[in-house]
Amino acid sequence: MAGVSTVHRPDSAATTRRGEGLIEFLLRASAAVGIVTTVGIITVLVVEALFFFVEVPPVDFFTGTRWSASILPYAFGVIPLVTSTLLIAFIALVLAVPLGVLAAVWMSEFASQRVRLIIKPILEILAGIPTIVYGFFAITVITPLLKATILPDLGTFSALSAGIVVGILVLPLVASLTEDALRAVPRGLREGSYALGATRWETVRRVLLPAALSGIAAAVILAMSRAVGETMAVVLAAGTNPQLTLNPTESVQTMTAFIVQISLGDTPTESIQFKALFAVGATLFAITFTLNLISAWLVARYRNVYE
Amino acid sequence: MNEREPVTKPSVSQIGASAPSGATEATSASSKNPALLLENVSCWYGGFRAVREVSLAIPRNKVTALIGPSGCGKSTLLRSINRMNDLVPGFRMEGEIAFEGTSVHARATDVIDLRRRVGMVFQKPNPFPKSIFENVAFGLRLLGETTGIDALVEESLRAAALWDEVKDKLDQPGLSLSGGQQQRLCIARAIAIRPEVILMDEPCSALDPKSTLQIEELMRKLIRDYTIVIVTHNMQQAARASDYTVFLTMGDDRAGYVVEQGETGKIFTAPQQQLTADYVSGRFG
Amino acid sequence: MSSQTTTRRKVANALFGLLAFLAIFASLVTLVALLIDVVARGGSSVDLQFFTSAPSRIPAKAGILPALVGTLWVTTLVAIMTFPIGVAAAIYLEEYAGRGRWSRLLRINISNLAGVPSIVYGIFGLALFVRLLGLGRTVFAAALTLSLLILPVVIISSMEAIRAVPPSQREAAYALGATRWQMVRRALLPAAAPGILTGIVLAVGRAVGETAPLILIGAVTFVTFVPVNPFEDKYTVLPIQIFNWAGRPQAAFQEISAAAILVLLVLMFLLNLVAVILRARLSRTIQW
Repeated sequence: MAGVSTVHRPDSAATTRRGEGLIEFLLRASAAVGIVTTVGIITVLVVEALFFFVEVPPVDFFTGTRWSASILPYAFGVIPLVTSTLLIAFIALVLAVPLGVLAAVWMSEFASQRVRLIIKPILEILAGIPTIVYGFFAITVITPLLKATILPDLGTFSALSAGIVVGILVLPLVASLTEDALRAVPRGLREGSYALGATRWETVRRVLLPAALSGIAAAVILAMSRAVGETMAVVLAAGTNPQLTLNPTESVQTMTAFIVQISLGDTPTESIQFKALFAVGATLFAITFTLNLISAWLVARYRNVYE
Repeated sequence: MNEREPVTKPSVSQIGASAPSGATEATSASSKNPALLLENVSCWYGGFRAVREVSLAIPRNKVTALIGPSGCGKSTLLRSINRMNDLVPGFRMEGEIAFEGTSVHARATDVIDLRRRVGMVFQKPNPFPKSIFENVAFGLRLLGETTGIDALVEESLRAAALWDEVKDKLDQPGLSLSGGQQQRLCIARAIAIRPEVILMDEPCSALDPKSTLQIEELMRKLIRDYTIVIVTHNMQQAARASDYTVFLTMGDDRAGYVVEQGETGKIFTAPQQQLTADYVSGRFG
Repeated sequence: MSSQTTTRRKVANALFGLLAFLAIFASLVTLVALLIDVVARGGSSVDLQFFTSAPSRIPAKAGILPALVGTLWVTTLVAIMTFPIGVAAAIYLEEYAGRGRWSRLLRINISNLAGVPSIVYGIFGLALFVRLLGLGRTVFAAALTLSLLILPVVIISSMEAIRAVPPSQREAAYALGATRWQMVRRALLPAAAPGILTGIVLAVGRAVGETAPLILIGAVTFVTFVPVNPFEDKYTVLPIQIFNWAGRPQAAFQEISAAAILVLLVLMFLLNLVAVILRARLSRTIQW
């Protein structure tokens, strides 16, 4: 190679390669932190819940309709906590699903690019506001507003206020996931519909929504999971009164609110109440985990169809 | 199904046998001792065979052009030489590619070292989002080079005929250059680590005619120090810039195979095969 | 087709468009109402004394100094811990793990973890860090718990940033004889840096606002001193302080609660601003 200065090839190459194995090990270890966390969470919940079930039979826990952890006689039937949780989640979804889906349709089918660039960040801001702030909003605005307008007898705490605020809180989630699902619908389907003279609304109703259905279902399920696991907004808005009721104007206690209540007090760690915290936590985890899996399965399904 | 046209598979010595006019002794010597030797190379992507039993000798310090219709496996073949196809899931190669007498796929062959000795320039210019200087210095830094980088960068940029255009803005981003300049930057980047062979995968397909000519002139200069293999779908380019031409096409099973190879002048003026004649005269492809 | 049907179809279309617009408008109104509520209630309470005082039984004298310091402590530690592990895990999943069963399991696991309620992380942190490892109810235990909580978010956003780097960049580095790690460190990470950093800052922002897990990790609501030692001292954070004040019936406490929310929101806004600026600065040279 005359005329070209040579680059000496030092054996540094060999040393850099010796490090490769170590680096890959470290990277793999980091990725495994996730697995360790999952296994850790499940182990902790199962083991600690077992200590509880030694004292309270699982049948009593899962089928009991009375929950009284602080007032004698104690009762640990989890059904009131579960139904309260579901009641609030239901109210939230009744609000968030229609609004969220409509918002998504509007963003993906009606809004101009420029408007979308304004709206998207607003939804992201809404999604990023801490839930404690939503809780504050519920007690300072939503409950007083409900009292002043349609429900003058509403108490300070109610499932309704909590449901509404949780609905606001999960709305951005429903909207953005639904928008993803709508965007995954191939252009060809839209164009086919418009070419037949359909209006936008007809295209949305007859083509897009059916095509995006499993994606929208996934969004709804994930929103439900978020609503079930939501804590601070619910603690502040729904109160801590464990009762079996489907009346949304009552104060209720959700699973998460019970966990907070026990953690806030000076409950001794050996007490039955403290052990109940883990049993309720395990139940909560099982419910949300199942919902998340269903949602992931639905997403995988619509991806399979269109990608 | 018809029997395919008999495939010319000249032996290694045949390729350089007819040395171009004015060739020096060094040329015929190098063609007897090719830089790269491909024997019965077949490539698969999963179950699909992309290349069938290709045998070639790539002469030293020459430009060898691989031409043929798109999809005939030229790029696949090229990327097998520096084993870039290792990165493609499902890729498999059979046959033998020898670089300086050593199999590139042998267990003992170090792919990192191979790629340092066999450089590559891609279809679309792909400078790193770094300064012009750091783009050229990239490979040197990989080697752990710490001294003399400035001089090597300048030398490489001069060799790539880019120095005069960028010497006052070496700290500007490489991506701020024009397409033709970016591609010459990528060539400078490739030659900075002084490879022995430079593989070029349709290096001008994204460039305007003026930049294309600049790159072709550059290739003619670079063969003083390097062996160049270029894939191109542009026949004029092969005719203008290469010393040897290999024409590939695909069979009924879409696997690429070599129809004819030889000195560029001969392939374009007196092809032996009807398929070659049709292709170079623009009747298909 | 009669003109009557056509008219009806057009009206239906217009009505639907209006309805959909109203849905968006409703969320906009909510956001504005929320901000007005917080500013109107808390704005007047935010003064220098509010930043420099500890909580007090007298609302007018109360401040957020310990909570603010606690939040800064926790945030810093969370950022330090999640950055290397999150990015390393993302690199592994995108560049090393391939597409086999093991990597699919890892991916599914990460997205599942992202959906676990934050309070469950609190329970886990309580059992593991506070009790089993004996770290106690400290800033350190809180930071570890929140790190686990946002790690999936960091990993997912880093993976997206890495995936956005064009394959031609990887090829360019490999063709120059880069080893896999050299390719990652010198080509991939510099190119993915804007996306990765933005994702981390946003994830850390999430940790700033988290409340529920820290109730379990024992962030105390009445801390009158500034925590100095993250491994020993009792601590509180802004969201916990907000929770404590918001739950009291007196209007004065709700006012300082709103004031603390205002500070929290400004803090998060600043973090978002940092993310935007980082992104703009770092990606100025990167335009594929």
